[in-house]
Amino acid sequence: MKAVITVIGKDMVGLLARVSTTCAEANANVLEVTQSVLQDYFAMIMIIEIDKMNCDLDELRARLAKNVPEMIIHVMHEDIFNSMHRI
Amino acid sequence: MLNTTDILETINMIQNDNLDVRTITMGISLLDCADADIDKSCEKVYNKIYRLAKDLVKTGEFIEKKYGIPIVNKRISVTPIAMLVAASGGDPVKYAKTLDRVAKDVGVNFIGGYSALVQKGFSAGDIELIESIPRALAETDFVCSSINVGSTKAGINMDAVKLMGQVVRETAELTKERQCIGAAKLVVFCNAPEDNPFMAGAFHGPGEPDCVLNVGVSGPGVVRAVLAKMPKDATLNEIADTIKKTAFKITRMGQLVGSEASKMLGVPFGIIDLSLAPTPAVGDSVAHILEEIGLEQVGGPGTTAALAMLNDAVKKGGVMASSAVGGLSGAFIPVTEDAGMIDAARNGVLTIEKLEAMTAVCSVGLDMIVIPGESTPETISAIIADEAAIGMVNSKTTAVRVIPAIGLKEGEELEFGGLLGSGPIMKVNMKSPSVMINRGGRIPAPLQSLKN
Repeated sequence: MKAVITVIGKDMVGLLARVSTTCAEANANVLEVTQSVLQDYFAMIMIIEIDKMNCDLDELRARLAKNVPEMIIHVMHEDIFNSMHRI
Repeated sequence: MLNTTDILETINMIQNDNLDVRTITMGISLLDCADADIDKSCEKVYNKIYRLAKDLVKTGEFIEKKYGIPIVNKRISVTPIAMLVAASGGDPVKYAKTLDRVAKDVGVNFIGGYSALVQKGFSAGDIELIESIPRALAETDFVCSSINVGSTKAGINMDAVKLMGQVVRETAELTKERQCIGAAKLVVFCNAPEDNPFMAGAFHGPGEPDCVLNVGVSGPGVVRAVLAKMPKDATLNEIADTIKKTAFKITRMGQLVGSEASKMLGVPFGIIDLSLAPTPAVGDSVAHILEEIGLEQVGGPGTTAALAMLNDAVKKGGVMASSAVGGLSGAFIPVTEDAGMIDAARNGVLTIEKLEAMTAVCSVGLDMIVIPGESTPETISAIIADEAAIGMVNSKTTAVRVIPAIGLKEGEELEFGGLLGSGPIMKVNMKSPSVMINRGGRIPAPLQSLKN
């Protein structure tokens, strides 16, 4: 199973490193990273594998929020996107 | 593969446009709890609800975290309590207190089903329950009550309509120290749906399974935001198409949450109620959608047509997204719960008469309307009768939830707080309908052919 991490806010040095380190600590494998500038804000979307994680998604979100407090972070299970945007 | 635009669209809907699942409501049948001794009956009611619903709130919170979707309310609906009163006799308020206690113990924020279905006449327990409503709602915090007084098949029970005018007023009087809040938890229906997950009108109909999970989705903010991005010269077909697509996405989310919750709780998934339910929060208003379609302010000419289109497009989009649709499904127009409606009511653009016309094309009725404290029981009964007639003739659900503001006059306001919001007292036509209301009897069911 996969989850989607989105990081939205102002771009800065070391962002990707901090997010991916937090994922590594949770034993979540990063499958894909995309970055884009959308409507004046920076958005990074990361798809991770969550089967072997050592904590739940909420815990991961809390850790990310602690490690990257400047950005708005969402961690959501992929099903929500699949069901909303696929028939 | 997931694509970036889709992901950001979903995030944006949740973060900026107040997208949420409004409620997961567990429907529980209490028919097997009936006992000739009311105390034993109450004990069985408490035990059954507690056993089935003890994990409801926890499950809801788990799903919220997994998908990052807010689930605003977790609620319970039960078999109309009048059916239990029929078997047990005794003071029905005991049941209300039991429901209130179990609701607090399992952590839900409302429990609906202090109800009676009397569209054709009263059976054992019905009158006792109806007469106890003012006390039941004054002495409990979370219990909601609804009475079905009419249907397309049965006509309108005018004896019940007369009684309910008195009950609504008395309920407000008993809670006048608390902004007349009791009346905000009391709905009078025509054609009440048996699987509605939305309060205050939720109850678990006698035709439903033993235990079932229903989901109410919301998202007026999302629809408004999408329409705001459309050009001013887009045709109404294009507007309707966009609403349909948005309703589809919102409903898919509800479907996901509902099926996940039912799997976790081991309870069958009932229906999705795909309603646009506003909240007083800025940007979460059905009135603002209508204004986005092109009205200067809700309540002006064109409002009924815009609402009819919105209501229909929401249903069309949602039906395909879900395995089973039910409940009220459509656009809600509760005045005190909708920032745009409150504004329009304050400056007199929105009147009760216009709201009544709007209820002929949308999913509920005269909802959360504050009326002057001097409104007589007969006037309230007549408002109920008018609304029930619209529902009966048009084969649709209509309802009345008016709050007489005891001791206050036109121009003053009631403030409920939370999701119930606040609202100005609206002008009511005070010409007396008392001769008609006091006649009692029944309005016969309407003809289903020769429709003109």
